[in-house]
Amino acid sequence: MRLDILNRGYRPGTKLLFAVIRVFSGQPVPDAAKLVFYRPGFYGARAKEFTHEAMRGPSAWSVADRELMAAFVSKVNDSAFCVGAHTATAGQAYQDGAKVQAVLADLESAPVEEGLRATLRMLGQLTRAGKVGADDMRDVLAAGVSPGQVEDALAVCAAFNTTDRLADAFGFELLSPEGFEAGAKYLLKRGYR
Amino acid sequence: MPDEDKKRAAQRALVDSVLNGEGRASAELRARAFSNANVPPPLQALIAKVATRPAQVTDADFAAAKASGFSEDQLFELVISAAVGQSARLYEAGLAALAQATASEEAR
Repeated sequence: MRLDILNRGYRPGTKLLFAVIRVFSGQPVPDAAKLVFYRPGFYGARAKEFTHEAMRGPSAWSVADRELMAAFVSKVNDSAFCVGAHTATAGQAYQDGAKVQAVLADLESAPVEEGLRATLRMLGQLTRAGKVGADDMRDVLAAGVSPGQVEDALAVCAAFNTTDRLADAFGFELLSPEGFEAGAKYLLKRGYR
Repeated sequence: MPDEDKKRAAQRALVDSVLNGEGRASAELRARAFSNANVPPPLQALIAKVATRPAQVTDADFAAAKASGFSEDQLFELVISAAVGQSARLYEAGLAALAQATASEEAR
């Protein structure tokens, strides 16, 4: 990562934990996981709480749908690490990697329900332009999405607009396909806390 | 607490920590990075990119900030402030548009 403190500045107990994770998973600890261990009182503890709530808290959206939103927002932000991580996680959650790839390649022709498509379109517009209008929201609601679901999707969007920025600014190292799959398995089993 | 409020509360707690928590950069500077406004020149390129085009951040942006005396811990905080700030604005904009759309639905 671009800051040495994020590569080496951890407490001895945390370094030991990273070593244990490496041994048990057979994979390096992803930079996304390291970041939340650096001075967690400033960012990591509350970031994990918010991200977990958005991604795994109660919602009418499935975990798979929310992971797809995370991958989609990351694609709009051109955040390679997060696209890799959440494409793998959404693919495992749906047990359908092709569906996730289709959405990222072309949302309009992808085989997803209209409500999800309209929601992703709105999240893309918000992330790309930094704004969204009431008409955009009416389109989403008209596609059968409830206001509560829109709020939940906006929480996912907020969480990943933060993570994407940090991944690219701090320069998270990309993982191998096996590394992303191992990370996805962990995120589906344990979540973000 | 309804589920949406719980999400919102968790996001507000994150914003509060970044802006008002204990840090090595002053709260004032963190607030400027958060808003991507009135940022001192050596930090401008880095903070503006984090807010609006994060994929374009380079080593040189960090080097410029470090050369003018900012420590790694300060940059850690300021980059996070900028990222959390931009995301908070997107969240607010989305919720405001939703509130407007649902208010007009109800008025019909």
